[in-house]
Amino acid sequence: MLFGNGHATAFSSQMTAISASDRGAVKEQRMRKDREEQGSRRGFLRSAFAACVTAGTVVIPIDRIQAAPHKKLPTDKATSFAFFRPDEVQFLSAAVDRFIPPDEEWPGAVDAGVVDYIDQQMAGKWGSAGDMYWHGPFKEGTPSQGYQLPFTPAELFRRAIAAVNQYFTAQGTWFHRLSAGQQDEYLEMLLANKTTLNGVPSKVFADFLLRHTIEGFFADPIYGGNKDMVGWRMLGFPGPYGEYYELIDQYGIKLDREPVSIGQSAHHHAK
Amino acid sequence: MTQKLKPVDVAVVGVGFMGAIMAKELAAQGLKVVGLERGKQRWTVPEFQAPEIHDELKYSIRKGMMQDVTREAMTFRNSPTQEALPIRQWEAFLPGTDLGGSGVHWNGQTFRFTEADFVWRTRMRERYGKDFVDPSLTIQDWGVTYDELEPHFDKFEYLLGTGGKAGNLNGKIQPGGNPFESRRSREYPNPPLKEQYGGVLFRKAATDMGYHPFVQPASNMSRPYTNPEGLQLNACNYCGFCERYACEHFAKATPQTVILPVLLKNPNFELRTEAQVLRVNLDPDKKTATGVTYVDATGREFVQPADLVIITTFAFNNARMMLLSGIGKPYDPKTGEGVIGRNYAYQTTSDVFVFFDENININPFMAAGGSGTLIDDFNDDNFDHGPHGFIGGSYIMSALTNGRPIEFHPTPPGTPEWGKEWKTAIRHHYNHTAHILIHGSSMPTRTNSLDLDPTYKDAWGLPLLRMTFEFPHNDMKMSQFCVDRAVEIGKRMGAKTVAGYPRKAPFTTQKYQTTHNSGGVIMGSDPSTSAVNRYLQSWDAHNVFVVGTSAYPHEPGYNPTGTLGALAYWSVDAIKKQYLKHPAPMVSA
Repeated sequence: MLFGNGHATAFSSQMTAISASDRGAVKEQRMRKDREEQGSRRGFLRSAFAACVTAGTVVIPIDRIQAAPHKKLPTDKATSFAFFRPDEVQFLSAAVDRFIPPDEEWPGAVDAGVVDYIDQQMAGKWGSAGDMYWHGPFKEGTPSQGYQLPFTPAELFRRAIAAVNQYFTAQGTWFHRLSAGQQDEYLEMLLANKTTLNGVPSKVFADFLLRHTIEGFFADPIYGGNKDMVGWRMLGFPGPYGEYYELIDQYGIKLDREPVSIGQSAHHHAK
Repeated sequence: MTQKLKPVDVAVVGVGFMGAIMAKELAAQGLKVVGLERGKQRWTVPEFQAPEIHDELKYSIRKGMMQDVTREAMTFRNSPTQEALPIRQWEAFLPGTDLGGSGVHWNGQTFRFTEADFVWRTRMRERYGKDFVDPSLTIQDWGVTYDELEPHFDKFEYLLGTGGKAGNLNGKIQPGGNPFESRRSREYPNPPLKEQYGGVLFRKAATDMGYHPFVQPASNMSRPYTNPEGLQLNACNYCGFCERYACEHFAKATPQTVILPVLLKNPNFELRTEAQVLRVNLDPDKKTATGVTYVDATGREFVQPADLVIITTFAFNNARMMLLSGIGKPYDPKTGEGVIGRNYAYQTTSDVFVFFDENININPFMAAGGSGTLIDDFNDDNFDHGPHGFIGGSYIMSALTNGRPIEFHPTPPGTPEWGKEWKTAIRHHYNHTAHILIHGSSMPTRTNSLDLDPTYKDAWGLPLLRMTFEFPHNDMKMSQFCVDRAVEIGKRMGAKTVAGYPRKAPFTTQKYQTTHNSGGVIMGSDPSTSAVNRYLQSWDAHNVFVVGTSAYPHEPGYNPTGTLGALAYWSVDAIKKQYLKHPAPMVSA
């Protein structure tokens, strides 16, 4: 059976050109052997890529990690951040974990490193609007015209979070102390643009936060989020480095393969 | 202190696809040609190599290959009564920069416009009567015909190594191709790409419904190819990092892979990068250009005298260069007079998502930029518009160019946008969703136009371009009609849920649609309604040629690059055969 573990191809019964499955099976056996010999995933990947180069054919490393059991990821986080202050981190951590909450199978945003990701982004060029046209006059525009506030992304986060924290401390509490339901309700209110946070329309801030949460969950791990490629594993995205010439027309196959990140791939290239 | 340089025969402004083609042909004639590129040099090795090139955050999200918006942005408004504000980060469309221009990060989709497109106004009136077309649409004929362009289409496709199956060979309809295409003189240089799973399901459904599916013609190599310039390309490996990226494998036709190495070998050609052209200089009589003024990376200003100036700076940038140089009368939407900035158009794209059960693995990440299986039955003038009350149309294509997860994590309608339910939904649908692109035409209107912004400036103190654009009712009606057809096909594909998203106003700069901007320096036979003649020669300054989709009087429902390549070869052919012998207007006004 193609790729071993019972994922029938939806078209396999109808397709005549599926003889590639024989090749797949052979490849599969070779992979297994390689893996046993290499004894480690890293070694295995190296050899698979080496095969790629020398044979001039497409060899995809296939490593069947079953829907990765939810393992606790390393959480010995830095106690200080490049940009955010502790009270800001408390809010961010609570909020991004409502946007992408942990569940039985998959970690949430915090464990995936999303706060670290946002911190790095805000501390860098993007946070200081270094990738934007940044000349005035700054004027209020329509949604179609896009972002027009005079605050850099980092300033936007700082101003808005300060307003949120002020709002809750005035009531003797903090956002992160609320129940999950209360947190969701508050985030919904922000997304519905029902308030202004130190001059920032709450929807602008909440959309911005959600956008960065998703980026941090799925961007390459070199940016500090998507730790251990959990975002990719969760979706079944095999990573940014793939050669599918021989697989694309094996219609419906299930590619259960260990993703390869830019960092790992760079490692192969350097060899 | 401006330094005056030694005169050359030809100055080409912008070294992208069209700049490279024009420069290569003219340098081969023995002319001294200088190519002025505002960006940097970059090549498949080392700049485009993995693994860094496959960085979704850097290239797709932060727009790492695009026109440097911190220096050169543009302003936007939906209507002439609004105040335009700067687009502070690219999103809806993505103009490129650096050597090779947008030809580096394109997807490779390579269509020809049809016979009807070049005589659009005439055709609409003949077929549907003079009162059928909404009078607010400023459609007009192009001044050139498909038959005149056919050899040049052919030349461009062979340069690129386009893969496809002819549907109409010298008038004979061919099985497997697009029966609606206009006649082609020979087959594509390469066979079509492999189809994706979604494409196979689409093909079956569309065939059952009596439509005419075919594989999208594309310039991602379906097999190794050596082009007529002697350059070798590899077969595409369907890595899913094409659009917004450069190809690391020499498998996508880009200026770097199909023409630049040949151009740079010619000693008649000199490439100057980091050369920001500020304007084309004119003779006091304003009838001819004398050369260009540019600034280098360190801020030094130069005047480069040239007998011939060719502007190839991307669609809307061409209009800006003309306005900054004072060539041609600026268009005024109030009076409808003037030509530079007239008939800005776009592409009316819409989407349908086809959600399957989890036993159907679509594998979206296995994709070439040009992967796609489509029907052309509801595009262009390929069907009777009489009962529908709009003109134009769309191709309807099952296509996924990638499975890059920041950009692609579809959910069915009704799914929340975050939280536990969203997280579960993206997991369930990521690998089990097909996408149908409805790639529609864009008709020009009196108010959709380009001019110089009165307030905002670029890094050199020059006014930004101002874009005024809204989707015309005609195009939204067209979108709804084509989305309805696509939803029917999606249901036939066996999906659980099919969600259609017809295009609606307002146009937003905040969501990617396509980089098929057009118009602003349009071609035609009448100098009062066009900026350049049928050879892309300025009506006002005869030694200025403007090559770009800026020349399109309207944007048909096909990707624009194939036709642009044909127009470039057509234009340079006329320069070689006619203009160089007798440098004067090639069409009398």
